Amino acid sequence: MSTAAVTDKRPSTLRAASLPKWTPWAIAAGSIALGLGISAAAGLDSKIQWALIAALLFILGTYGVAARVEGRRQAKDRVATSLVWVAFLLAVIPLVSLIWVTVARGVKVLDIHFLTHSMGIVADTEPGGGIYHAIIGSLEQVGLATLIGAPIGVLTAIYLVEYGRGKLAKAVTFFVDVMTGIPSIVAGLFILSLMLIFEMQPFGFAGSLALAILMMPVVVRSTEEMLKLVPNELREASLALGVPKWRTILKVVLPTSIGGITTGIMLAVARIAGETAPVLLLVFGNPFINNNPFEGAQASLPLYIYQQFANSAGSGAAYDRAWAASLTLIAFVMILNLVARGIARWKAPKTGR
Amino acid sequence: MAKRIDVSGLTAYYGSHKAIEDISMTVEPRSVTAFIGPSGCGKSTFLRTLNRMHEVTPGGRVEGKVLLDDEDLYGTGVDPVSVRREVGMVFQRPNPFPTMSIFDNVAAGLRLNGNYRKSELSDIVEKSLRGANLWNEVKDRLNKPGSGLSGGQQQRLCIARAIAVEPKVLLMDEPCSALDPISTLAIEDLIGELKERFTIVIVTHNMQQAARVSDRTAFFNLAAVGQPGRLIEIDDTERIFSNPSVQATEDYISGRFG
Amino acid sequence: MDISTTTDASPPTPPQHKPAERKRDARGATRPGDRIFLGLSRGSGILLLVIMAAIAGFLTYRAAIAIGKDHGNFLTTFEWNTNVQPPTFGIAVLAFGTIVSSVVAMALAVPVAVAIALFITHYAPRRMSGPVAYVIDLLAAVPSIVYGLWGALVLVPHMNGLFGWLNDFFGWTGLFSWEEGAPRSMLTVGILLAIMILPIITNVSREVFRQVPQMHEEAALALGATRWEVIRMSVLPFGRSGVISASMLGLGRALGETMAVATVLSPSFDIQASLLNPGGGTFAQNIASKFSEANEFGRDALIASGLILFVITLVVNGAARLIIARRAEYSGANA
Repeated sequence: MSTAAVTDKRPSTLRAASLPKWTPWAIAAGSIALGLGISAAAGLDSKIQWALIAALLFILGTYGVAARVEGRRQAKDRVATSLVWVAFLLAVIPLVSLIWVTVARGVKVLDIHFLTHSMGIVADTEPGGGIYHAIIGSLEQVGLATLIGAPIGVLTAIYLVEYGRGKLAKAVTFFVDVMTGIPSIVAGLFILSLMLIFEMQPFGFAGSLALAILMMPVVVRSTEEMLKLVPNELREASLALGVPKWRTILKVVLPTSIGGITTGIMLAVARIAGETAPVLLLVFGNPFINNNPFEGAQASLPLYIYQQFANSAGSGAAYDRAWAASLTLIAFVMILNLVARGIARWKAPKTGR
Repeated sequence: MAKRIDVSGLTAYYGSHKAIEDISMTVEPRSVTAFIGPSGCGKSTFLRTLNRMHEVTPGGRVEGKVLLDDEDLYGTGVDPVSVRREVGMVFQRPNPFPTMSIFDNVAAGLRLNGNYRKSELSDIVEKSLRGANLWNEVKDRLNKPGSGLSGGQQQRLCIARAIAVEPKVLLMDEPCSALDPISTLAIEDLIGELKERFTIVIVTHNMQQAARVSDRTAFFNLAAVGQPGRLIEIDDTERIFSNPSVQATEDYISGRFG
Repeated sequence: MDISTTTDASPPTPPQHKPAERKRDARGATRPGDRIFLGLSRGSGILLLVIMAAIAGFLTYRAAIAIGKDHGNFLTTFEWNTNVQPPTFGIAVLAFGTIVSSVVAMALAVPVAVAIALFITHYAPRRMSGPVAYVIDLLAAVPSIVYGLWGALVLVPHMNGLFGWLNDFFGWTGLFSWEEGAPRSMLTVGILLAIMILPIITNVSREVFRQVPQMHEEAALALGATRWEVIRMSVLPFGRSGVISASMLGLGRALGETMAVATVLSPSFDIQASLLNPGGGTFAQNIASKFSEANEFGRDALIASGLILFVITLVVNGAARLIIARRAEYSGANA
């Protein structure tokens, strides 16, 4: 049946004038060209400027053309689409740049020597040295923080989901939320105030305490979410068999959600591993290897990056080390993330979704 | 204003899976046509091809023709958005917009399409709510959220929302399956009233319901699990339930399978 | 017809938020195992409360020591001299800088983040949305010090062009006038903070948008809504509280961000009316920068400023929770 025959009879209600599929590309090409032209004519040299002009032209052009041909509703729809795309592209630029620069500059000095040596007596402005001491410090501080923060977090979540009723649970829920918002430097200041009272010098474990505080609410939240996903029927089935509640939690609820809980803990570890501020206040930094987290200043990877950047008066060697340490830190965090996600996918409850 | 639907050679896919195959039928205007058949036979999929909702599902695609008074819904240049304005739909679970009030829910479709004055808008909302037999129950709380209503009321709210934009056809996908018997009865009464104005197609699992509300009944079946669903026969409801021409229909209706 | 009173089908609330009513009873614990387990888990919850109280208590205690000896007005003094006698310090500049940088960051980040979240859930080609979501997820984990390093060494040099341009066209507003100096100003800080919090806001918003029940979107589609109208009618209302809490999460990070500000800003203890002129400071940045040279009294003074930051984040969080609670009540869908 030919469409012409239909449209001859009476105006169609289903058919609307619509722009061909290549229209967005054409408008994009046109606005980029125009943007470049305007920038060149006005003598603007910043890439950011011509990109902004082109983006603006693209959106206005889309609206204008679509409104004329397809009507206002379609035009709005198209503008929304182009805004979403433009936002995506704009945001991708800095994020890609961040990763690119870190990798490109980081590999310069990143080698076995760098990973296995401390700074020792190498001056901050000189080449050489490494991050071994910082890796040790980071591992110890983060490890201790996890030993403290993870169990408390998981238990609190169990309390909230499995037992929590009444005022106490409400208060805990509220303050977990509040705690999530504590800036890391405030957690550092809290431990610092204790250290001032007891007249203590900086040491690794003090940093761990602050990191544990930062970790707890994150673990509580993620564990809570995971426990809530366990269907109530499972619990009831177990309870109905006469299994005591605590064994139901240990044998039914936790195993069902263990994948998600592990993922949550690992993501929390990844988060605190990159914290600088509390470590700066409490652990202070140290160019030498200090294996004892309970006495004396230690280094840590994020702190090392900051100190290489800040104390080196623009020395290229120090910047290189900072980038290399950044790359190491990112790699560590990313591996944790990837493994955590792997676990989550592998252990995910097999529900149709 | 109700329109006739003419389907010919319609096949629908989910990705590479063929869900229904080669369906042809005619749905008369101002009548109720019921789709019955065992689970998975593709009756809901078929219903969703009638207002191009099938293609919203990832991987969903359709071959064949659906003519709405001679105009092909799948013709080139046809805007699915306009199709859905002409062919309204009511879903299995009542789905009022949770953040909108009862009034706004009914007015939602109207507001999309232009500029109604406030008085016009409230006239249409009242008319639609009356049309859905809901007005008396909600007239004092039009500004309350629609999600506060009972399930049956929510479903009638959804019907009011659908008929407010004056579609030509109303598709109902098991509209009563989430409701209790009394609410179901209310919806069935409503369907009887609505067919004066609309072409109605209803998918139902409940054969008594099909017998009660529909003028014509289409029976769908599938040869085996994984095979595409097919239209076995369509006829006047009375005949389908008393003297169907295909054995499978009789077996299904008399409860021998399904 | 009195259907309303007899029908009792549950309203269509999404199941993931409130998994039914929990009929479990804490007092039902009588076995030793139950009692120990309940004790442990409740103890952890209480410990969390104790920690929060301790943070507030000890910070206040040390802050009181410092403020008691402050020769200036703690709230209004434009100075931070804690190593001299008599010590004079105040948080006016820090409060101003913290708020300005966070506002800039939010203004830039929230719309873009919501757009990217929509891009992933509703616009991107299906093959693209998965990887994009994944990468942005990972970017949320990049440590702030790395953002700081990148900001100082890569972003700052690239800001010269934008600053010049803003100064040329919008300099007359005063807000965008640029006198001299490297572009290490509040605007740069705001932009860097925006880039930092973008992944977090995007991720949370994306999750919320993804959870919009299919049936709500289909309701809009079946009325003949365009894609944008579906988003406006179904997705955004459903996701609003989620976006707000995501933004508050981002705001919390922006307010308390230390290293990224410390590396990018060139601080001074005054208030700049223009976003482009270097100067000013934030609470967190000031603590990090002044810490190493501070004596014990100086550290108490920094703790005092930290207390204010703590209070601000508490207020922001509380406000976010209130907003969310109110929305949830109305929508009936987002507990």
